[in-house]
Amino acid sequence: MTFGLDAVTVRYGRQTALDAVSLAVEPGRVSAVVGGDGAGKSTALAALVGLINPADGLVRRPAKTEIGYVPATAGHYGDLTVEENLLFTAQAFRMAPGERDARMNMLLEQTGLQGARRRLGGQLSGGMQRKLAVAMALVHNPKLLVLDEPTTGVDPLSRVDLWRLISQAAAGGVAVAVATTYVNEAARATTIALLSSGRALAAGSPDAILTSIPGTLGATTGRSRPTDRSWRRGAMWRVWVPNETLPDGVEGVSADFEDAVVVAELAAAEVSR
Amino acid sequence: MWAMVAKEFRQLRRDRRTLVMMLVLPVLLLVVFGYAANFEVHDISTVVVGPDAGTMASSLHAPLHVVSVDPSRSESFATSELRHGTAVVGVVTGPGGALVLMDGSQLFSVQTAEAALAKLAPSAGAGGHAMQVRILFNPSLKTSWVMVPGLAGLILVFIGTMITSLGVVRERQAGTLEQLAVMPLRAFQVIAGKIALYLAVAACDLTLVVLVGMGLFGVPFVGNVGTFLLGAALFLLVTLGMGVLVSTLSQNQGQAIQLAFLLILPQVLLSGLIFPVSSMAVGVRWISYILPLTYFIDISRGVMLKGAPIGSLLEPIVLLAVLAVVVLGLAIVRFRRDLAPSPAKGHSDQRVAA
Repeated sequence: MTFGLDAVTVRYGRQTALDAVSLAVEPGRVSAVVGGDGAGKSTALAALVGLINPADGLVRRPAKTEIGYVPATAGHYGDLTVEENLLFTAQAFRMAPGERDARMNMLLEQTGLQGARRRLGGQLSGGMQRKLAVAMALVHNPKLLVLDEPTTGVDPLSRVDLWRLISQAAAGGVAVAVATTYVNEAARATTIALLSSGRALAAGSPDAILTSIPGTLGATTGRSRPTDRSWRRGAMWRVWVPNETLPDGVEGVSADFEDAVVVAELAAAEVSR
Repeated sequence: MWAMVAKEFRQLRRDRRTLVMMLVLPVLLLVVFGYAANFEVHDISTVVVGPDAGTMASSLHAPLHVVSVDPSRSESFATSELRHGTAVVGVVTGPGGALVLMDGSQLFSVQTAEAALAKLAPSAGAGGHAMQVRILFNPSLKTSWVMVPGLAGLILVFIGTMITSLGVVRERQAGTLEQLAVMPLRAFQVIAGKIALYLAVAACDLTLVVLVGMGLFGVPFVGNVGTFLLGAALFLLVTLGMGVLVSTLSQNQGQAIQLAFLLILPQVLLSGLIFPVSSMAVGVRWISYILPLTYFIDISRGVMLKGAPIGSLLEPIVLLAVLAVVVLGLAIVRFRRDLAPSPAKGHSDQRVAA
């Protein structure tokens, strides 16, 4: 069964936070919601888990007992130990003691938190805290795992560990939805919804998004910004034009996923001009 | 320095609750407590019994307010009326004069009644009624005997309301409230789970305070422990419910403490702990009638000092039960909004997929 959002609209008063956004979250796959601050990523995930009721559209999700959720904030109790945090979640989901203990031990091993099982959540490093939050969301074997920016502010090594956990969960058949601001992380997902100001700029697989980018992309060097539709990539400038004619001195290049995300934003701005 | 002052002004302007507390509250408190802070008692309910009850009743004047005259009744009836709280003064007439019984748990009423009877004594004596005064339940009129049962309640208000009020707010600030909302927990389960511990701690506190009060100040406990526990349990449910309600209305711990303080302060001054409720201005008296401590004080003083039976305390017990239902009900409704949002207007559909 595929979970997800079909043309979901969320309004806060007169403000539209999410405008007819769709996202398919399939078992065994990772779906990513990508966008900058205020794009509507958290709102989309909150609608998916039932924290927000949409004004329009269809939300498909499993029963509460089969959802694991990591909010953008801490996601654990700082004044409980690692073990106590996991135990609380397992008990809240009414897991049988035998199954609970086995699952907790397995997750502690997977997250590398065995040695910290008696440390308070608040005393862990940022990366360990997020691993604990993910472990808490996974302890009851959910069918749908929803993670709101699990790697934001986390060191690169911990990010790798966190993505390993997420991939393991998906490999085990869990449908995973993850919000992220990191484009390189989103490229690991099977399906992506690229959001900006509550609207979906692009959706589909990373390859489909890459092939669907409009206009032409080029690269050039130089100290000053070549056009108002250009951005830095390392020592080079990327230049995008909505047609096929690149400015003089700009060589055509193939877009990667990071380019595709920027182009989608520029193309949307072009349309709204 | 001016940058700091300007920043503080801007922040305060946006913190409307604090602004209202700073500007409106002092005036409001002054008015309310100005009318409440009154030790003068103007109305002392009095029963008159014995063969000359009619003559005696006609000779009694304000502040003594005769609520019952029954020549066929005797001292035991008057004592019972005082124990039940129906009257504060009981006058028992007889051939040898009059015996005046007074409820020692009502300190200010007794003092006022003594003064009033001292003025009446010559005329009453002229009518052939030599007066003998007997103070019941607190013969030495010890302030500690009256204060300890009430202070036990006040301590519980502090613990119950203040500490519990931080419970949900802490979850909100830590971001764990969202997780609770996604877990298969109902609002009443979360609230019950949160207050169960505080209920146990507060019950221990209550026992400790009462025992220390009895040991240190010699406060008697003459009534039924079961009646006291029933009243205390209901009172604790109300105070803990108030704490949860406060925390559902607050976004951070500072706001929760402000609101909890707003609920605690009136209970200190308007519950009858310090000033007699009957002496308060009518408008202010109505505030005291919605405060749980008012009823707990009736129960604790009634049971501990007077040995009042459960039948005579039904009114405060029932009112505490009503308050518990209302306060906990409101807390659950508010908390349910945090845990599960109500459906939005529109055409959304949410399907639980297998």
